[in-house]
Amino acid sequence: MKMDGGQALIRALELEGVDVMFGLPGGAILPVYDPIIDSSIRHVLVRHEQGAGHMAEGYAHATGRPGVAMVTSGPGATNIVTPLCDAHLDSVPMVVVTGQVPYAAIGTDAFQECDTTGITQSVTKHNFLVSNAQDIPRTIKEAFHIATTGRPGPVLVDIPKDIVDPDNPRSALEWTDDVEMDLPGYNPRTEVDPAAVAAAADLIRAAERPVLYVGGGILKARAAEALRELAELTGIHVVTTLMARGAFPDSHDLCLGMPGMHGNFTAVTAMQESDLLIALGARFDDRVTGRLDGFAQGARIIHVDIDAAELGKVRRPDVAILGDCRVAIEALVSDLTSGGVGGADRDAWRSRVSGWQERFPLSYEQAQAGDELKPQMVIERLRDATPDDTIVASGVGQHQMWASQYWSFEHPYTWINSGGLGTMGFSIPAAIGAKAGCPDKMVWAVDGDGCFQMTAQELVTATVEKIPIKVALLNNSYLGMVRQWQEMFYDERYSEVFLSRDVPDYKGWAESMGCVAMRVDGPEEVDAAIAKANEVDDRPVVIDFRVTAAEKVYPMVPAGASNSELVVPPSQQDQRR
Amino acid sequence: MNEQQGSSGPVGHHVPDYRYHTLVVTVENKSGVLARLAALFSRRGFNIESLAVAPTDDERFSRVTVVVDLESAPLEQIIKQLDKLINVVNIRELHPGHAVERELMIVTVAAGPDRRDELVEHLDRAGGKVLSVGADAMMLSLVVPPGRIDEFEELLGNFGIIELQRTGRVALANLDEDD
Repeated sequence: MKMDGGQALIRALELEGVDVMFGLPGGAILPVYDPIIDSSIRHVLVRHEQGAGHMAEGYAHATGRPGVAMVTSGPGATNIVTPLCDAHLDSVPMVVVTGQVPYAAIGTDAFQECDTTGITQSVTKHNFLVSNAQDIPRTIKEAFHIATTGRPGPVLVDIPKDIVDPDNPRSALEWTDDVEMDLPGYNPRTEVDPAAVAAAADLIRAAERPVLYVGGGILKARAAEALRELAELTGIHVVTTLMARGAFPDSHDLCLGMPGMHGNFTAVTAMQESDLLIALGARFDDRVTGRLDGFAQGARIIHVDIDAAELGKVRRPDVAILGDCRVAIEALVSDLTSGGVGGADRDAWRSRVSGWQERFPLSYEQAQAGDELKPQMVIERLRDATPDDTIVASGVGQHQMWASQYWSFEHPYTWINSGGLGTMGFSIPAAIGAKAGCPDKMVWAVDGDGCFQMTAQELVTATVEKIPIKVALLNNSYLGMVRQWQEMFYDERYSEVFLSRDVPDYKGWAESMGCVAMRVDGPEEVDAAIAKANEVDDRPVVIDFRVTAAEKVYPMVPAGASNSELVVPPSQQDQRR
Repeated sequence: MNEQQGSSGPVGHHVPDYRYHTLVVTVENKSGVLARLAALFSRRGFNIESLAVAPTDDERFSRVTVVVDLESAPLEQIIKQLDKLINVVNIRELHPGHAVERELMIVTVAAGPDRRDELVEHLDRAGGKVLSVGADAMMLSLVVPPGRIDEFEELLGNFGIIELQRTGRVALANLDEDD
């Protein structure tokens, strides 16, 4: 069948099962926007290309399907670099199509030309510059394959205008439904080595203080159920990293919650004191390990990862299992079922763990009458007033940590955040993407006022496109996390962290963007505002919670310190560790 | 040096016999592939000692001979990161002493008529060739293992090097090597 490149590109996206894409047109990508009118794919028109990228990420986090964004050349492409890098660090499957100047004009500094593949090389899993229209269907197929297999990640496809412009003979191609991929250097491995599994099972049987250290790879591998089976079979406690919140239910007896720099005392300390860390789809990130030579010094390591380069990158494993997490866990379960879970005595360990849990719960000082609103309390009330499959998307900073700490995650794929890159402004567009992918679920963005001002304009997108997300804005008038560091480590010298108490008028701003908006100043107004927000289902809602700036995120491992030097809140500082 | 990947860090399990290892990397013969390799080395803080690229007998692929400095990163991590590049098809490590390694040097040396015989004598002993002879200079070539190029280059210092170009090493496994 004769087609032009633009038609072929859209047809190829349809064949990949794309139901929604996020983007903003411009000169070089114009010809691809014409066939969208006739396509089954829903296109969400964003207000800034960064929004398109984060929406695609949010969509992918929530649905497990690759997010798709399309933007034009030059500034369109550079504006989506941040989401690409974000997706690269958090292993989010995403395909970004960028327009490019006509092939013959590449290298001439043409209008809105930039070296998109050069710029994005180090922030993508792979990228393509397509030189001929006939290569478009194959390249799109390869892009989705690379984005979604192995360790997932973002793939960019750069499309010169001439090969999609129906007025240009270079755009003509012969469409066939079955195109063969040509990726001789790409063979992601999912199967696991049985000998490594057997060795891991032996370590598990013998361990007296084992901990399952679970990272985002569990979610990418759709392995939450398998994980639960392994934990319950062996009775081993689970810590879920920032990227894995929800992979194991917080209410489960074996769940210790989040480890790391702002992890809870028990999760951090259990890892420190462990004799066997079973790392599943986790990468020993510096925010989890603290100072590396002080991290879990007595622990042997089983490390399961689909990316060979992660095995031994930071911490040398005693047993490395290369492959898909779900396949590996199922193999471990099978081995431990047939060969027994071992007879190691873990009673003393369990009582130590429960002792920590009793002495060091997550806590903050409750507000007294007349006190300002506490941000942690807002999260708790929101958690209690929403269905337990509510999707929470967060920005980056104190509010992100409080959301991760004080929410109770009961289901996988209900927590969406920017873990690796730490991208402020992530939450609103990510929430929109999640809601576009899961329209039947309630989606709350938990945001800070610094973050909100970076991407709030996408609430216009949400209104116009009828994607009714809700935003809990924890507004303390500061860049709160930076303020916390300046308070703790820079002698309370506050440099460039105060935003403003008066401007913007968030309620007025949100209303001007078509949202239902409320302002909450005191604890007594919180529940009513949340209840009202939960009733709105035809437009976005923003609640401006005016919270105190004095709260700090606890516990905290200071940068460069060992996890054993965890700083607990003042009320727990006299507790026996 | 990148702290996480430094051979002095906890990852440094692999104690190399030699600081420099030779990797033979088969890559897809596509535009931009060399840039991807270079960007990876730069981004991850891997130092390279030399790099040589040329097409293979199969026009779809090129062969890259790269000598990596293991003081900048463990060999295992370099290989694994290279392998993640989609365009990298195969990586083979050539153990020092188990491979045939060659490098080409072309050099113009200051040598008037009175010193030509002496220079040619050195050149013959090293196994090189005279490419051309000028009034006060000679152009020479030498194809030998890289270490011997170093030695010859040092010797040429007695004459005066006017211009010099080396290719970086290329290598193949010994015929009896089977890995």
